Amino acid sequence: MKKNLIATLAVISASAILLSACGSSDSASEDTSAATTSEETTQETTAELSGSVRIDGSSTVAPYAEIAAELFMQENPGVQVSVATSGTGGGFEKFCNGETDGSNASRLIKDEEAAICAENGITNDNIQVANDGISVVVNIDNPIECLSIEQLSAIWTDGAALQTWGEVPGLEDSEVKDVPLTLYGPGSDSGTFGYFTEEVNGDDGLITTNFVDIGEDDNALIVGVEGELGAMGYVGWTYYNESRDQIKALQIDGGNGCVAPELENVASGDYSPLGRGLYVYASDSSLQREEVAAFFSFFLENQAEIASLAGGIPLTDAQLAENLAKLDGLLS
Amino acid sequence: MATLNSPLPKRSQAAALGARAVTESVFGKASVQLKVKNLAFYGILLTALTIATLSIAAILIWSIIEGHPRLDLNLLVNNPSSISPETAGYRPAILGSTYLIAGVILFIVPIGVASAVYMELFANREKWYNRFIELNIQNLAGVPSIVFGILGLAFIVRGPLSLGFVVAAGSLTVALLVLPTVILASREAIRAVPSSILEGSLALGATLWQSVRRQVLSAAFPGILTGVILAVARAIGEAAPLLLVGAVTFVTFDPKYLEGGYSALPVMIYNYAGRPQEEFHTLAAAGILVMLLLLMSINSIAIWLRARSEQNW
Amino acid sequence: MSSSMVTARSGDANFPSRLRAESPRYGEKIIKALLATAAAISVVTTISIVISLLGPSISFFQDPAVTLREFFTGTQWAPSLANPSFGVLPIVVGTLMVVSFALIVAIPLGILLSIYLSEYAPKRVRKVVKPLLEVLEGLPTVAIGLFTFFWLMPTIVKLTPFLPWAGPFSIGVAGIAVGLVIIPLVSSVSDDAMRSVPRGLREGAYALGASKFEVSLKVVLPAAISGIIAAIVLGASRAVGETMVVMLVAGAGNPNLSFDPTKGIQTMTAFIGGRATGDIATGTLDYNTIFAVGSLLFFMTLAMNILAVKLVKRYREVYD
Repeated sequence: MKKNLIATLAVISASAILLSACGSSDSASEDTSAATTSEETTQETTAELSGSVRIDGSSTVAPYAEIAAELFMQENPGVQVSVATSGTGGGFEKFCNGETDGSNASRLIKDEEAAICAENGITNDNIQVANDGISVVVNIDNPIECLSIEQLSAIWTDGAALQTWGEVPGLEDSEVKDVPLTLYGPGSDSGTFGYFTEEVNGDDGLITTNFVDIGEDDNALIVGVEGELGAMGYVGWTYYNESRDQIKALQIDGGNGCVAPELENVASGDYSPLGRGLYVYASDSSLQREEVAAFFSFFLENQAEIASLAGGIPLTDAQLAENLAKLDGLLS
Repeated sequence: MATLNSPLPKRSQAAALGARAVTESVFGKASVQLKVKNLAFYGILLTALTIATLSIAAILIWSIIEGHPRLDLNLLVNNPSSISPETAGYRPAILGSTYLIAGVILFIVPIGVASAVYMELFANREKWYNRFIELNIQNLAGVPSIVFGILGLAFIVRGPLSLGFVVAAGSLTVALLVLPTVILASREAIRAVPSSILEGSLALGATLWQSVRRQVLSAAFPGILTGVILAVARAIGEAAPLLLVGAVTFVTFDPKYLEGGYSALPVMIYNYAGRPQEEFHTLAAAGILVMLLLLMSINSIAIWLRARSEQNW
Repeated sequence: MSSSMVTARSGDANFPSRLRAESPRYGEKIIKALLATAAAISVVTTISIVISLLGPSISFFQDPAVTLREFFTGTQWAPSLANPSFGVLPIVVGTLMVVSFALIVAIPLGILLSIYLSEYAPKRVRKVVKPLLEVLEGLPTVAIGLFTFFWLMPTIVKLTPFLPWAGPFSIGVAGIAVGLVIIPLVSSVSDDAMRSVPRGLREGAYALGASKFEVSLKVVLPAAISGIIAAIVLGASRAVGETMVVMLVAGAGNPNLSFDPTKGIQTMTAFIGGRATGDIATGTLDYNTIFAVGSLLFFMTLAMNILAVKLVKRYREVYD
């Protein structure tokens, strides 16, 4: 029996060694796996940067951070950047414990969380890295083109129980007045949920209980809306953009006419009030480390390229300037 | 249930009644009906077997269909990339999962077997603390994996052990999760060894530990191995506790046991499946294939080991 | 097989002295202590779990917005809404529905498979089938979840158009998928139980003219019933704790109480899973719902296991 145990352990360790050996072409594979073109606006690191940068938080912002990390590591192979997705809340918890160097967030820090950071002496500020437009999506065969915030609120607010599209104020005589209305939305653990309810219904968490909760599975929301004529849901912009052949987005009238959730409109701020920012929080203690400071500067300076690679919406020039100033403020 | 007038102890009455009913049915009824029943039953059994086999086949086929565009060597040796998912690979996740599993095995084999041996052979069943331990283990078998994640975060990553978000912490958390599986399977294996083997050894003058080590454990080895296989398989596939204990979804460097970030296959797959872009979905399916491959290799090794040492009583 | 009888005797004062061990065998005592320590690790684990769950749970229940009564009898579960409700029944019902569907699938298939393996299968087939079942058991739950969501559920929806399907989630289908996951568990534990029924019982029945079918169902099955019950309870426990499959397939439903298997309903585990990796701020009342639900889950499985131990004791047949 001892022989068998030794044999088992031997095989397992052999495979582990084999795998690590065959992958020792670490630097080689990194070059071949990442995209080749990467136009640099600045960056000539004179000294070799080394160390590690740990980012955690929202899974909405994570793709941006990952692309930033990849591009950054192409230039600074000595730095190890890792990105985790514990959620915005989980990210803040670790950030305020000093366990991470940056916190991805799809919403601003809440008072309770800021209090913990203050308690632990973590001075921080949010750096906006991209824009996002929450898109209200409907079935591709739905003839409705535009809804106002008031109409959305009538559909989604606490206590609403609309059964058909005809019950929506303003749509009583429309073609879809007899089509049953089914609502899909992310769960209350989602930052999108928090933002949508606050902007449309007036308060975070104020919402009807009459919707199909898709948890965190935005892909499932797309599938649901695609499958039902009278379905309506809301998702982050990237999910809408990737599924244009499956569902369509409504134009939103926030008081200034119907605005479609297109890149230009969100970036310019016309798509309101459903346009929001995506942030990475930085702490001044972590920024003391060269590699962390370099990473954040890199992130902001290359945000346009990062956003385009991530399929998202970049910052405007004004936003970029504002956040560069914020970063400088933290660095000094 | 009718009672017998014979002095058989109660516990054998069920079997005796069954045998009696059987005899009566053989001599009392037409045998054609019985033959049909037999055949029908056999058919039902084979149907059950087919369903189980088909499920595995269906999952395999589905993963192959969804993931085959990405079945290239890049999948295994490249680092993950959000920029170019077409050439991204799972290398850090494969290494991470391997390191995690090695750690898990190192923990569950000695502790699991030792616990099972203690509970089956050394413990005095009458004592309250031994029954408490037994209840404990059975209860732990049903605790959801995510609760172990909460436990790991509070006590292993932070708290008394304070290992930080490292592979060792992940290993320990998952090991605690699958430990009951090993213990329960080992107990069954030890129980299946007839006590005459142990008692014979004791009668010849060996101490309890000597008998256990040389006779019982060798005999129970296949069953124990089964438990370890099942535990390892479960450990490879668990994403939920690892998410809480610090497995990240994006690393490009090799893991180390006591420092630095790490990832694991199920964590990355779950993350990729939730992204909007189609290429990530394909990548997720391909990742499932990689996991299945890893699983099958571990299973095959264990099967080979077990085939060499199985015996019937 | 247990040797508590043997160990108990050796410490008995009335034992004839010439049969007592010559030396006090300290090595044995040390080994016993080491083994006991290993077994005690499970106790340490449980205590740690209880501690990590209990603290925040207590602060959850102390909050004025939550009453014990509402928690256990309320029928709306919406802790993060602006007007929160804390009735836990909807997600408990979700969990119970998953377990029911899982057992509906796993009990017949599992027991039939174990009968096949222990009574019918020739040795060669057994050598193939048993590893096959282990593969099924080892399938990563992420894989099963994605497979069910993308293929199994659409297929079932297509095959049963008379049912009121709507939306991409269904707790009934999630339950079926979880059933597939626990089949190997139920069948292997039952198989072990059946194999430990002594050959003598079977051979006696065969000698009296019984057929295989009758021996399996009327001799072996009743004799192994305690092991089979243990297998079922183990499977049910596993079904209660399953997180990934239900998150992907059952999603989350309505905050209101529902018993509809064709729609999505949130289970307790999916709730915790979503919360713990979501965007809720830690330390708030909303976040502490994780620990409250976690404690409830823990005590539910504890109660199930105590019940199982009692049942097994009543029906246990000891041979040898």
